[in-house]
Amino acid sequence: MSPLGELRAALIVARFALRESLRRRVFVVVGLLTVVFLALYGLATWQASKAEDDFGPNEFGVDTGTVVGATLAGLAMFVILFLGTILAVFLTLGAVRGDAERGLLQPLLVRPLRRRTLLLGRWLGATAVCAPYVMAVALAAFGLTAALGDWWPDRTLTPLLTLAFGVAIIAALSLAGSIALASTANGIAVFMLFGAGLTAGLLGQIAEALDSGSLSDVAKIASWALPFEALYQAGLADLTADTVGFERLAIDLGPFGGAETASAGLWLYSVAYLAVLGAGAVAGFNRRDI
Amino acid sequence: MAPALTVSGVRKAYGPVQALRGVDLEVGTGEVFGLLGPNGAGKSTLVKIACGLVRASAGSVWICAEPAGSARAQASLGYLAELFRFPDWSSADELLALHQRLAGSAGGARERHELLELVELSDVSGRRVGAMSKGMQQRLGIAQALIGAPRLLLLDEPTSALDPAGRRTVRTLLERLRERGVSVLLNSHLLSEVELVCDRVAIIDHGLVVAAGSPTELSRPGGVEVETARGVRRYPDARRDDVPRIVRELVAAGEEVFQVGMLTSTLEDAYLEAVGRAPPATHDVPDEAVA
Repeated sequence: MSPLGELRAALIVARFALRESLRRRVFVVVGLLTVVFLALYGLATWQASKAEDDFGPNEFGVDTGTVVGATLAGLAMFVILFLGTILAVFLTLGAVRGDAERGLLQPLLVRPLRRRTLLLGRWLGATAVCAPYVMAVALAAFGLTAALGDWWPDRTLTPLLTLAFGVAIIAALSLAGSIALASTANGIAVFMLFGAGLTAGLLGQIAEALDSGSLSDVAKIASWALPFEALYQAGLADLTADTVGFERLAIDLGPFGGAETASAGLWLYSVAYLAVLGAGAVAGFNRRDI
Repeated sequence: MAPALTVSGVRKAYGPVQALRGVDLEVGTGEVFGLLGPNGAGKSTLVKIACGLVRASAGSVWICAEPAGSARAQASLGYLAELFRFPDWSSADELLALHQRLAGSAGGARERHELLELVELSDVSGRRVGAMSKGMQQRLGIAQALIGAPRLLLLDEPTSALDPAGRRTVRTLLERLRERGVSVLLNSHLLSEVELVCDRVAIIDHGLVVAAGSPTELSRPGGVEVETARGVRRYPDARRDDVPRIVRELVAAGEEVFQVGMLTSTLEDAYLEAVGRAPPATHDVPDEAVA
């Protein structure tokens, strides 16, 4: 099959996966949960803004509006990454072994369809749902922060892109896990990886507070081993990219993982990570009896 | 023309378990070939190797002269798995359209309609799979396997969920496919069905082909049975030509003969014998009666 033919077949699979998401009312459920989240977020932002106004100008010259806005936006990014992770995992956790056990995979695999094409299609389908989702919700959260808290992030696009890339990596991890693990085990494994990434972020914060080199190294290695965490930290950092002083420190030491400015190397590394993960998944899938 | 399916020295081991221990068989063009064997004999594994779903440990499988698992081989075959499911949210028509796109079939709506008509589902083309009975889903599975007019159809227990009418539909369908030159490898436990529809049969047990041939070849003559006033007499070595002599001798001996029957083993007997389970002695098939 030519590369163009393979891409065409992958898009057929991706479109089918998208249609499945629509028919199963995944979007309705996720949409409702998102509305609930945004409503709560809006309420929190409004309340925080009111409390900040009640304090009035502070004697230390700290821009409390920025601190509150950036902290809330950072919190929103964490929750959105979590929601995106749930979506990515549930769309892919049973894509290979689960579907094979249910008998859904066999009719597809006997078509002139390479296994790598099927994986690519499933990943594209999941990413096409999750990436726009996290970007849209993050944008809505930023909008709420601006409307109710009068604060907008220093950078808009990069935090959205880091979230999108992060969930794309999580979808790939879940898809790769689905080759070897049964659906439930895979779901648990991916959420544990997500938790490990979060722990790495927290370790980084502790390392910074304690000025511990070894702890910082562990945190860095962990966040690069799970680059969705490094991307998330980069997105957080970009919320206050042009901010200095305490306001910057507040978001750098945020409650859900420290912000870490990233270079273009992180993006290149993430692309390479996806490629290696994909190649490993294809090799594993090709060896697997269905 | 190359055989539709050539299996040569195929072995498959799952860890210490030898599922196939060197299987050879060939399915010719337009041939309906039955694969029989007890549970765990290796039939489904063999079919899955032919489909490219399972890798053989040794040996080779060719589909229309292309190695099994290759894109060209996949393009030549249709497959219905023993345990299959289709997305319950999809309609019959949508499902067939997906498989048309994946198979590169240009048949469009006409092919889908024809196939649904063939399996008697044309009136429910818009119905969701989840709202179909198991038998309807099995017939839809057969229609799906026929997308793109494959040269070889691999059917793993295709009638297990069908009622007698549905089975007859499938039998008729298989006969029509044979007329069109489509080869079929039919894996089934329903011996009567295999006997009715298959040109040749292979019996697999413990990963080996233990018997092969046409159903008639596998069914052996079992002698002659004569019902007389004194009871039933059996002549296990007698043939059809011996019947007049036997009757003459019995009458000459003062016996009253009511009925004479030729005894033949059925495919079931041949099967049970081949897989090492003791078959009942024979079944009588009344052939001629003598007053």
